[in-house]
Amino acid sequence: QQRIEIHKLRDGDNLILGFSIGGGIDQDPSQNPFSEDKTDKGIYVTRVSKGGPAEVAGLRMGDKIMQVNGWDMTMVTHDQARKKLTKKNEDVVRLLVTRKSLENAVRQSMMQH
Amino acid sequence: MDTESAYSGYSYYSGRSRGSHRHGERSRDRHKSRSKESSRSEKSVTINAPPAEPLLGDQSVRGEEVQDDNWGETTTAVTGTSEHSLSQEDIVRISKDLDDSVGLDCKRYLNVALSVILGLVVFLTPLAFLILPHLLWPDRLRACGTACEGLFISVAFKLLILLLAVWALFFRPPRAGLPRIFVFRALLATLVLLFVLSYWLFYGVRILDSQDEDYQGIVQYAVSLVDALLFIHYLAIVLLELRQLQPFFSLCVTRSTDGATQHYNLGQLSIQRAAVVILENYYKDFPVHNPALLTASKSRAAKHLAGLKVYNVDGPGENNAAAGIAQSQSRAMIAAAARRRDSSHNELYYEEAEHERRVRKRRARLVVAVEEQKKAPGDVMDPREAAQAIFPSMARALQKYLRTTRQQHLHSMESIQQHLAFSITNNMTPKAFLESYLTTGPTLQYGKDRWLARQWTLISEASVTSGLKDGTVFLLKCIDFSLVVTTKKIPYIQLAEEFIDPKSHKFMLRLQSETSV
Repeated sequence: QQRIEIHKLRDGDNLILGFSIGGGIDQDPSQNPFSEDKTDKGIYVTRVSKGGPAEVAGLRMGDKIMQVNGWDMTMVTHDQARKKLTKKNEDVVRLLVTRKSLENAVRQSMMQH
Repeated sequence: MDTESAYSGYSYYSGRSRGSHRHGERSRDRHKSRSKESSRSEKSVTINAPPAEPLLGDQSVRGEEVQDDNWGETTTAVTGTSEHSLSQEDIVRISKDLDDSVGLDCKRYLNVALSVILGLVVFLTPLAFLILPHLLWPDRLRACGTACEGLFISVAFKLLILLLAVWALFFRPPRAGLPRIFVFRALLATLVLLFVLSYWLFYGVRILDSQDEDYQGIVQYAVSLVDALLFIHYLAIVLLELRQLQPFFSLCVTRSTDGATQHYNLGQLSIQRAAVVILENYYKDFPVHNPALLTASKSRAAKHLAGLKVYNVDGPGENNAAAGIAQSQSRAMIAAAARRRDSSHNELYYEEAEHERRVRKRRARLVVAVEEQKKAPGDVMDPREAAQAIFPSMARALQKYLRTTRQQHLHSMESIQQHLAFSITNNMTPKAFLESYLTTGPTLQYGKDRWLARQWTLISEASVTSGLKDGTVFLLKCIDFSLVVTTKKIPYIQLAEEFIDPKSHKFMLRLQSETSV
């Protein structure tokens, strides 16, 4: 488990973090390529944009986000997770993530392509 | 259908008629004819106007003149004799009319007479029961009180209802003439006869002899008679009309010349009644019989068989030398025939393709010719003249098309013009006008002279009054072709139920979305 602190980047009116999430309790967990357990409905990082704040902070594709600023992310809907990450009055988000070993992550990303 | 409800006549004469099997057409018909009865005669629903109906050789022509006498019987020629008489077909056709006319008249008049007599007897019986005491011993009769007079009204109305019901059920023009008696009608007639006789017997012994004074009792007796007659009428409805409504058998009807097949679902009927139903449906379901279309396949078959008919008639016990030579010759011929057979299917294929192409070409020309024409007439004409004006321009194309599809004998110039006038009157498009020429319709569509309705023969191994059973096969033979009918029982359908909980119909829509933050 790892704690990652991301500083949001201001782009015009938006604050962007530079990654994409997938998953949620209202989503179909069997389609999640990153999860080991296909019933896991947690929030996973599906993409990390190159050079963005997330990559700089050390977030990698395939990480499962457990907490965001203290808010639990294991039992939320997709939209709730998005909202927790994109609060307008926060400039910094502190994530608690879990990562499988690097090899698995690489293998999985290779399998995806 | 034959109406057998003979009250008095039938049960007495039926025994005789059944005994005399081969009496000859007329006498047997006459015996049968007595079984018809007006008030209870079963007239099945007419399908066509009487002239067009008669199956199994009777009635139709005479039907009209005696219709008002409520006769519904169909006395038909005996199957056997009509079969024999088909041996010389032309003579049959000419003479059958004469035969029918004379025989039918006798039969029908007898039938009608018997029916009327029986009907009158049945209807007048209650009235007689009521009136006789007044005539025979009026002085001793106790006065009729209020209740008794009420019963008079009841008798009157019940008789009226009975009259209407009998009229509705039995006074219909017959739709077919059957070869044998209609068993249910015979039974009903016998029943009614016995019933009325027993009432008369009772009345004669207990009331007339003893000159009973209790008039109310007599009136009640008459009312009970009328009630029972109404119930017998109910029985008649159930037996004659309702029982065969539920489909029980599926009949497969195939025409012997070109294999056109139809299936019908019928209830529990006797073979002759099923034959009637089938023939009625034949005229509307089967495409018209076109002998011109059969000649092509026949010539092909003839060529085919000519080469193949080489069999060694001599048995294997013949001396070997001759058999040996014959065998080698026949083998050579068979080989040659086989080679020819190989090429004959080729011929068939090309011939059919060519024919198809020709038909399509002619059809296209015809459609174009007619469509061009239909736009024309400007000045006001009546449809007949308009038809005559339009007709010549597309007559040629139409004639050629009919000749190619071998339908030219089905349509005469006159009929084409009539049809054209008809479609102009009814604002039909050219396509609608052409429809009757482009597709072969059922026999109903063509003129009535095409209907060989009088010349059907029922050929069956089982007795024609016996009911249909699974596997019954019978033939309906006409002059040119025959219809082969096979019966199959509709299987018992066992339905099972499966309950689906409505809650199980809720579904969750699962997506996999990706949001970038």
